[in-house]
Amino acid sequence: MENIKRNEEGYLNDFSQWTKEVGNEIAKEQEIEMSDLHWQVIDYLQGKYKGEEALSIRGIKKSGVINIKEFYDLFPGGPLKKSTMIAGIPKPKSCI
Amino acid sequence: MAKSTVKKMLFILSKATIENVYAAFIMANGARMEGIEAEIFFTFFGLEAIQKKKLEHLHVATVGNPAMHIPTMLGGLPGMEAFATKMMKKEMEKLDMPPVGEFLEILSDSGVKLWACKLAIDMFHLEKEDLIDEIDDILTIGDFYSRANSDNTHLLFI
Repeated sequence: MENIKRNEEGYLNDFSQWTKEVGNEIAKEQEIEMSDLHWQVIDYLQGKYKGEEALSIRGIKKSGVINIKEFYDLFPGGPLKKSTMIAGIPKPKSCI
Repeated sequence: MAKSTVKKMLFILSKATIENVYAAFIMANGARMEGIEAEIFFTFFGLEAIQKKKLEHLHVATVGNPAMHIPTMLGGLPGMEAFATKMMKKEMEKLDMPPVGEFLEILSDSGVKLWACKLAIDMFHLEKEDLIDEIDDILTIGDFYSRANSDNTHLLFI
């Protein structure tokens, strides 16, 4: 974890440094215990990032991976902010 | 990471023009995304946004709205409001902003409490059945104030 470069908010500077272990460590900091469904969401988010598609809560609703209620339950207190940090991708800039 | 000191945002939506409705919705959703509690109290014309039959027919105001930059006389012509609204909705769709009905579902699923104002409901002769299912309850303003009775809570009138 020492070699992983992160910005002041805790997001990875470089996605190529991400591994599942790194994701797990960040999740621990956020007091989130990762389940299969958590990882499916992370996988979805990373797929969107690689496809250069913007993330939004509406996108989560349409994702087919998870519904919005579950999303809030899995990543309590700012779900998109926390999940993107665990996924090693930048914090979304969208207002929705 | 610094913890947010704002704990709860309470919005009072009293208008039914699209820009006001979306302002309330986007701020309420934004609050939830930051881990802040959010509630919306729909009163007076704000009730249009939660009536099953009306919520997809909200308009932008073309008269008495200097920011539209069209002469007031033109803004009052038949079809102008509908046209301006259509243009605005098109731009919103480009930004992936959901339509009113879908946005309300998202807000409800995100844990935003949605309240209807009792006095306004009575005044407009509405029934609970006229409102969307996501409405949590019909409240008096006193009930709503009691929901504001905690630290780091902000009230915003729109």
